[in-house]
Amino acid sequence: MLARTADNLFWLARAMERADYIARTIEATLRLEYLPKTEGEKTGEWEGALNAAGAYDSFIEAHGDLDEENAVEYLTFDRSNPSSICNCLENARTAGRAVRTALTAETWTAINDAWLELKRFEASHRFSRPMDRVALTRFLDYVKKASLDFDGSCYRTMLRNDAYWFNRLGIFIERADNTARLLDVKYHLLLPSTEQIGGSLDYFQWVAILRAVSAATAYHWVYRDRVKPWLIADLLILKRAMPRSLISCYESIDRALDSLARDDGRSGLAQRHARAMHARLERASMTQIFQGGLHEFITAFIEDNARLSSTISEQYLFT
Amino acid sequence: MAGVAAFDEMGREGEPARALYRKVARWLEETPAELLASRRAQAEYMFRRIGITFGVYGDKDAAERLIPFDIVPRLISRAEWRKLEAGLTQRVKALNMFLTDVYGARRILNESIIPPELILRNPFYRPEMIGRRAPHDIWAHIAGIDIVRVDDESFYVLEDNARTPSGVSYMLENREVTMRLLPDLFARHSVAPVDDYPDELLACLRSVAPRQDRSEATIVVLTPGLYNSAYYEHSFLADKLGVELVEGRDLFVEDDQVFMRTTLGPRRVDVIYRRVDDDFLDPLVFNPQSVLGVPGLIGAYLAGNVTIANAVGTGVADDKAIYSYVPDLIRFYLSEEPLLKNVPTYRCREPDGLKYVLERLDQLVVKEVNGSGGYGMLVGPHATQAQREQFAAKIKADPANYIAQPTLALSTCPASFDKGVAPRHVDLRPFVLSGADSVRIVPGGLTRVALKEGSLVVNSSQGGGTKDTWIVDDIEDED
Repeated sequence: MLARTADNLFWLARAMERADYIARTIEATLRLEYLPKTEGEKTGEWEGALNAAGAYDSFIEAHGDLDEENAVEYLTFDRSNPSSICNCLENARTAGRAVRTALTAETWTAINDAWLELKRFEASHRFSRPMDRVALTRFLDYVKKASLDFDGSCYRTMLRNDAYWFNRLGIFIERADNTARLLDVKYHLLLPSTEQIGGSLDYFQWVAILRAVSAATAYHWVYRDRVKPWLIADLLILKRAMPRSLISCYESIDRALDSLARDDGRSGLAQRHARAMHARLERASMTQIFQGGLHEFITAFIEDNARLSSTISEQYLFT
Repeated sequence: MAGVAAFDEMGREGEPARALYRKVARWLEETPAELLASRRAQAEYMFRRIGITFGVYGDKDAAERLIPFDIVPRLISRAEWRKLEAGLTQRVKALNMFLTDVYGARRILNESIIPPELILRNPFYRPEMIGRRAPHDIWAHIAGIDIVRVDDESFYVLEDNARTPSGVSYMLENREVTMRLLPDLFARHSVAPVDDYPDELLACLRSVAPRQDRSEATIVVLTPGLYNSAYYEHSFLADKLGVELVEGRDLFVEDDQVFMRTTLGPRRVDVIYRRVDDDFLDPLVFNPQSVLGVPGLIGAYLAGNVTIANAVGTGVADDKAIYSYVPDLIRFYLSEEPLLKNVPTYRCREPDGLKYVLERLDQLVVKEVNGSGGYGMLVGPHATQAQREQFAAKIKADPANYIAQPTLALSTCPASFDKGVAPRHVDLRPFVLSGADSVRIVPGGLTRVALKEGSLVVNSSQGGGTKDTWIVDDIEDED
């Protein structure tokens, strides 16, 4: 496969996955905003959301003032934010057009349909700003569905060859990054000691984290217990059954890289690096992670994950 | 050119339909307008969804437009097609022989069949190729020959497109869409399939590969990239051929061999179906500013290590000045009479031609031989007496620079609109594939239709659309 094709497939998948994550983050944040608050209780929800989307600094630089309208606009339709949902879907389609021959008709149609719909949303958004909550909800639902359609069509229709494995790598490296960023922004809420000091607002913060990664229901199926912060951390880091957990992502990354190596008959640094990260997660326990510091653990993970991404690029000549 | 009575392929209004079109005529009569409208809407939806668009340079937001598709198929009978096929094969053979000769022995110049300056001063002539032979003497592997019809009997060649003709993806996609939208009408006819075009193209490209073991040859499609107006077609063809769609930056040359950068390292490339113009192929030889090309590509080609389709220098056969000589080329190289007619062309360089043209300026279209896009042109019937006199002076001053043709009444076919069915002018572009082993033509082609009433311009940039073209078995009277 052309190196450029692999590169595009990888980033296309990352863009679609990121759009979904940002949509979920906005949704979860809106729910927090709806909560009744006592006077002077400032939650900094949008700051958290922007941080989780890796867009806080650029937002402040562009807007200065932080309010819901600006934050939502920045995360959804703002073309100056490289990670806005709009840009994610636009970039995905550009990459998709560049590699149409490597996509199945179904996958291309999923991407192209999402883009055509985006154009309609953009057109109506231009006339009615800010977006009202109903329209926003409809938009976010559409983004989640677009990502589902894309992922599903890849899974159901693509040959299990290099194109598919680069697609999977993109999805899971992005997903691992998203989950880790979310944990990083909220880690202070998830420390074992928080239960005592936290009020009811904390509880809803925890639930919001679960919602952002579509795990609110899953939590209860796994733990059959009320929401406890350290269990959230456990769910999102070490629970293999949870498809957005770091370990689950690495299981998939490891498998995709192994499949590539098997098909090519060549294994390299990327395979070794992924295997090591996977193994580290398998050996880890929450007790040990909390002892070493949750924050430190997550920061190191984000860096390692980014390093894997660039190692893949180098090994497969994207760069 | 309004007012010229055109031949309608279905039959004129008020007259019974021609036998070939009888079922189409009945279908148009019986189908309620709302149903036709919904089919039109569905067709547009399908095209947009598959993403069959063409880009417009430098216009980012309006960057993707649909070429309008008219749902009423255009029919040509098998018997007519067989004649066209024979004529096309003959014509393209002669063009390939002409190119071999032009860059080789130059018999055609030595025997004064064509004036030398028409070739040597032709902007598409490539001196770099002098003394070079294309592999298997095939230059124009893929040719699109534009044909118009003026009456029941006569087809004329309007233009030879021998560089990088486009439109074949529309031929294939139009068929897919019609089969899906008009299954009953389709089933009532016995339509020759076109979907083997990619296989034929692949066989054609494989046959000219430089390697001994041709089945192992690596073929690629070279595109200028995403923003080229025909990008959709490039990716479509690569996909149907099952080969990589590469850009210049994906290729590199080492030791006069071409490689593409893959995830497994460099891979040797044997045949390049390029959709990039000569000028941009290799910055070392042609336009040094080009970033679309591959440095060293021409060196690799001249070393015989890669086949480029169409060959470099083919443009000289795809030129207005040469066009008028193609019938002579056929007689010269094949010792045969041309099976397909040219539009009669009067060359002012020849005294008889000049006299004829000057006497009939009010009936003719006069063009500069190297002009394009309608510049430097006189449309006699539409010009004033003063304009004609002015133009006559220009012709007399430099006769060699002018040719003239009669105004042609292109045939019309029914097309479907919101306001009903109406005749519109059409042309036809069949695609001729020349390989080392044989000439292949898939039965069909791209029918372009001038959707504006009265317009003769079928170009997509000027309101032209496309139709599915059916080569059908001759219809026996059923009723």
